[in-house]
Amino acid sequence: MKAKVYITPKAGILDPQGVTIERSLPALGFEGVHNVRVGKYIELELPAGDGAAEAVDQMCQKLLANPIIEDFEFELVPE
Amino acid sequence: MAASSQTSVETVRFGVVVFPGSNCDADSYDMVNTFPGAGARYLWHKDTVIEDVDCVFLPGGFSYGDYLRCGAIARFSPIMAAVRDFAAAGGLVIGICNGFQILLEAGLLPGAMHQNEGLKFICKLVSLRVENAGTPFTSAYEKHQVVKIPVAHHEGNYFIDDEGMAALEANGQILFRYCDDDGEVTAAANPNGSLGSIAGICNAEGNVFGMMPHPERVSDAIVGGTDGRAFFQSIIDSVLEGRE
Repeated sequence: MKAKVYITPKAGILDPQGVTIERSLPALGFEGVHNVRVGKYIELELPAGDGAAEAVDQMCQKLLANPIIEDFEFELVPE
Repeated sequence: MAASSQTSVETVRFGVVVFPGSNCDADSYDMVNTFPGAGARYLWHKDTVIEDVDCVFLPGGFSYGDYLRCGAIARFSPIMAAVRDFAAAGGLVIGICNGFQILLEAGLLPGAMHQNEGLKFICKLVSLRVENAGTPFTSAYEKHQVVKIPVAHHEGNYFIDDEGMAALEANGQILFRYCDDDGEVTAAANPNGSLGSIAGICNAEGNVFGMMPHPERVSDAIVGGTDGRAFFQSIIDSVLEGRE
């Protein structure tokens, strides 16, 4: 089974990359864009089973995300 | 295991940990050896035991290519379990730059690093103000002394939540802040956006310390400065006092 993991900066934490992108968009004519946040997308495959969601949650807690500054969510996709 | 030829019972022994991608390990090793009464030896990231060492030194660099997040992979190196035990037993542990990032990821110090506010890698000499001179890492400085020590990093923008910051302040765990040449802590003198202009902190127990600037790069006049020497002298003094 495949897991799609989305990692984003926690709300309220300054995201310098997001701010820079936000400032660049008006130059291309896109006005009114705000709250640009840059995160990470991680795909991985793991054995299917009842424990898969718990396993991915633990992977995120322990390694894939840093819970002090990042939020994560994921979806499991059967193949 | 026999003590290495460079150390004896009289010397203060620094163990410099070498991770794949460490690049300040040799500088750190050589610099420690310039102090009479101190000696360095290397510890390999696959070592599982730390013996005959007074201070574990996690040097700067790009451990594991900074993949995922700086320090995120190094924290799972076999030696980190030994570093954790060493710290829990009261041993001194220091992390410079990437070493600081590893200590944060390992949870041995509170908070986290993210990218510099300006998104640039910053490599320059900065001024720091000594906030607490009553620690094993700063005792050879004076409180509010201004020192010049270089930074070289892309992820030095320190973050901690409000509660954590209050604890750092209350316990005197902030040892260095970025400041201007007059010792004023200002936004303009903060090179990376670090919360509270924090450049270096210790843990609540006071035996684990991390800083982004590189004192080992200004510990010899021939390389342009000696303001970093008091940092290492503090540690040496502290270890020797502990033996009395």
